[in-house]
Amino acid sequence: MARDTVAVDVPGAPAEPAAGVLRSALVRWDTALLVVLVAVVVIAGVLVEGFASGRNLQFLLLDVIAIALIALPLTLIVITGEIDLSVASTLGLCSAAMGQLWVAGLPLELIVVLVIGLGAVLGAVNAVFVTKFALPSLAVTIGTLAAYRGLAFVVLGDQAVADFPFRWTEAASGTVGDGAVPWAAVITAVLAIVFGVVLHATPFGRSLYAMGNNAEAATFAGIRVARAKFWLFVASGAVSGLAGVYWTLRFASARADNAAGLELAVVAAVLLGGVSIFGGRGTLLGVLLGVLLLGAVRNALQLADVAADTLNVVTGGLLIASVVVPNVITLTRALWRRRSRTA
Amino acid sequence: MSTQPKRTLRLGLIAATMATVLVGAACGGTTRGSEDNANPSGNQATGQANPDAPLVEGLDVAFLPKQVNNPYFTVADGGGKSATEEFKGKYKEVGPSEASASSQVSYINTLSQQQTDVIATSANDPNAICGALNSARQAGAKVVTFDSDTKPECRDVFVNQATAEGIAENQVKLISEQIGGAGKIAILSATPNATNQNAWIELMRAELKKPEHGKIELVTVAYGNDEDQKSFQETQGLLRSYPDLKGIVSPTTVGVAAAARYLSGSEYKGKVALTGLGTPNQMREFVKDGTVKAFALWNPADLGYLAAYAGAALASGQITGAEGEKFKAGKLGEYTIGKDGVVVLGPPTVFDQGNIDQFDF
Amino acid sequence: MSARLAAPAVPPAEADESRTRFVRKLWLAREFGIVVALGLLVLVTTLDNPAFLSPQSLRDLLLGAAILVVLAVGQTVVIISRNIDLSVGAVLGLVAFATGKLLSTAPGTPAVVAILAGVGLGAVCGVVNGVLVAAARVPALVITLGTLYAFRGIDHSWAQGQQINASDMPRSFLRLGTWTVLGIPVLAVIAVVVMAVVGFYLRSYRSGRELYAIGSEPAAARLSGIPVGRRVLTSFVLCGALAGLAGVLYAARFGTVDATVGTGIELQVVAAAVVGGVAIFGGSGSVYGAALGAVLLTTIGSSLAVLRINPFWQQAVVGGLILAAIGLDRLLAVRAANRLRGRSSHGA
Repeated sequence: MARDTVAVDVPGAPAEPAAGVLRSALVRWDTALLVVLVAVVVIAGVLVEGFASGRNLQFLLLDVIAIALIALPLTLIVITGEIDLSVASTLGLCSAAMGQLWVAGLPLELIVVLVIGLGAVLGAVNAVFVTKFALPSLAVTIGTLAAYRGLAFVVLGDQAVADFPFRWTEAASGTVGDGAVPWAAVITAVLAIVFGVVLHATPFGRSLYAMGNNAEAATFAGIRVARAKFWLFVASGAVSGLAGVYWTLRFASARADNAAGLELAVVAAVLLGGVSIFGGRGTLLGVLLGVLLLGAVRNALQLADVAADTLNVVTGGLLIASVVVPNVITLTRALWRRRSRTA
Repeated sequence: MSTQPKRTLRLGLIAATMATVLVGAACGGTTRGSEDNANPSGNQATGQANPDAPLVEGLDVAFLPKQVNNPYFTVADGGGKSATEEFKGKYKEVGPSEASASSQVSYINTLSQQQTDVIATSANDPNAICGALNSARQAGAKVVTFDSDTKPECRDVFVNQATAEGIAENQVKLISEQIGGAGKIAILSATPNATNQNAWIELMRAELKKPEHGKIELVTVAYGNDEDQKSFQETQGLLRSYPDLKGIVSPTTVGVAAAARYLSGSEYKGKVALTGLGTPNQMREFVKDGTVKAFALWNPADLGYLAAYAGAALASGQITGAEGEKFKAGKLGEYTIGKDGVVVLGPPTVFDQGNIDQFDF
Repeated sequence: MSARLAAPAVPPAEADESRTRFVRKLWLAREFGIVVALGLLVLVTTLDNPAFLSPQSLRDLLLGAAILVVLAVGQTVVIISRNIDLSVGAVLGLVAFATGKLLSTAPGTPAVVAILAGVGLGAVCGVVNGVLVAAARVPALVITLGTLYAFRGIDHSWAQGQQINASDMPRSFLRLGTWTVLGIPVLAVIAVVVMAVVGFYLRSYRSGRELYAIGSEPAAARLSGIPVGRRVLTSFVLCGALAGLAGVLYAARFGTVDATVGTGIELQVVAAAVVGGVAIFGGSGSVYGAALGAVLLTTIGSSLAVLRINPFWQQAVVGGLILAAIGLDRLLAVRAANRLRGRSSHGA
């Protein structure tokens, strides 16, 4: 894939004179998130009984793994200025298919491969609509959000398949050795490193920023915009399929309604992580910090017996604050930037 | 940039890798039935019960409904609260704002982390919350399920609102009385994957096979997803599809209320009989205006009350969840644990014009 | 059926003198497509079950669509200006509960006051969205995703699991939900009036037309002196107010309200607008199309129920329909662009 971008010389060069300033702002956003996360952990560790324990860390990580996984490719997609809202439905359809294949008697090892493949195919369907027919990804993936979830119900209907082998379901929430870190978190971390390297250390990754800033300019600069986006959507589908495998095994239950509505949590985490919804801005580290911050805040408030309603208000508030605060601060700069872009 | 041969080569490589993985996976893989999937940590009724042990004071009792702010569970948990106050425990209600199994798991983990003594929960999925419940039990919590059960090995006691047979029998009897023992009926259920709904529907089918109900034909089951709008549409659809429909049974509070509201404003009012499981407050209006003659429900407050007492009896060592053990549940009297650790609240109450005003829930 | 529903779609095209003939044709074609789909759907269902066209059934269809139509009209105004409002479901839920609360504590409240109060509360929510979007210049998708959580959370904390039932509300108010005028449900009449008024505003008022300009090219709109922030704020307030109205109508129709009312309906609303030909990136579309989209989506639900098709298919069909609709729009837009190439000018 890296071959696609040999023509790009300087990352973020097209139509972005303020790249340096921006990058330092980004670093500051990551730092700010880290500071807030550490503060939340320290405060919760002192004030909330049961927060600072290995077992709780395990619970916290298990809760955010699916979100973290899906957020990895989504970060890259949003940076190119597109969006994929169908991720949770892809997860659900993959989970339903997993149940149906298991009932059909296929070996689980094969099912896992097939299900991830199915996810990739579903992602490719999105990709075809977005890149070949040049349709807005927001509308396409709202459509497939409904379609994939509907197909999940068609595949598995009202059933729940639950007789997966105990060894496998146990492994899905099992930890490395006797520690608190789940295996699944290690796998997620490895994938995060892969995506991080692709985004931040390859010409391909840097070309994604160029697309997000100005797709036309990127095209003129020789970047194969459509092709890059195509593979990003495929990756998003495949990783959603993997998340479907994790979800199914962790809850020992293949159901068509698995993870319904999770797309909102993932998008919230990505945006909180400092990725601009308009594309061209954001880091993978920021997104992971965003995922952990949302997870830690929810976990701590839950342990402190704060009602679910308030949790939702907090999630919404964090999301709004994460975009409003930096925007208000840099409004003047944003204005100037917009003017220079339209000029 | 990419030349055709290179691309073909790459695709070939990918295909070859995939094929290798697939073949490798297919040989000697884990298939259904090839491995014992019983949960080794799932335990049943261990230890000795001491029926004379006093109820421990100061127990931490947590109610985890399918969904908080759901009126049915608010009433049920309210019953749990008054029971907990009677035996001087500390009550709290926690839970997700959407009825999903995965968010319940997160709350169970939290409760286990907080060293809660008794967890009373209604399961959104019989399997999905099993692992979390078992690890909470290993951490010392006693688990009582009410309304919707998990697999028996994941909890100590299940407080059943009524036996499934009792509900099926009651519903068929009610509709049979209202349509004069003959004609086509339909069922308006909740979501297609609601465990208890499906169990009741199966038993209703069996009940209808009995000779005394030979003239009643169950034409279809519709699903209103426990949403007003969908239940409305499904009721309309039933009446359209089966013009000679004599009655509808809706064994869910949302469905029966939506169907009643639709019937009361339509030309079918009084012509198509409706019964089901509903709350008196929701149905009062329709019983009074003649749309509905009679319907049934257990008292959800009693259900929560009994669940709290069962939990306290477990945590105090009075019972272990084994068949045949007895415990006292305050004002409700004595209960005996049945097979698989199930306690049955009692037969459902039938509400009609005569008694509906005596109830407020 | 289809004739009656098609009626609102025709007058705008007739009255639309300001547009070029071609754009008018395009509009007609777009809405005509939905009408044809709707007609086919009704035809197939009726062939299978003639009762589908009975007066009671038609009344039910209109009643079922009314609330979605009101929401879709509001959403259209926002989408035209290249924004989106995902919080409409939460606003509907909040207002429905507030209405129930108002009427159960003060049963003497006249229905008109309840409606005004609901519209007012919805408008306040719209102001919150609008100010955040317009003043802080934050994308509407993000803001309204946040307020979706926030408004719903407020609703839940207020309700505390309480449910308000039909017997708690005055009968005069509930009659609004079932009352008919000349056989047509008053709810449907309200929806049609809302659609016509908003449609007239968008077409005939300068500020309405400016929304299209903003949606087509915000930067150009700003440069040409359009007060973008104020217009965007107005569109959100309008959308919020209509979501509020929908909330009141919901309470009247269903008679049972709790804090979960309207959860997830935002997806259907956006789907209705998109199916109805409103471009998701602004600048084109009409409230009539969106309203027809809403009627089509509701009718699909009813048809599947009547045809006794596995209800699991419904969502998949809706998803496919959205994809088909945006694909069709793209096709039409490409053709339009090809034909317009070389022409001197066209409106908005």
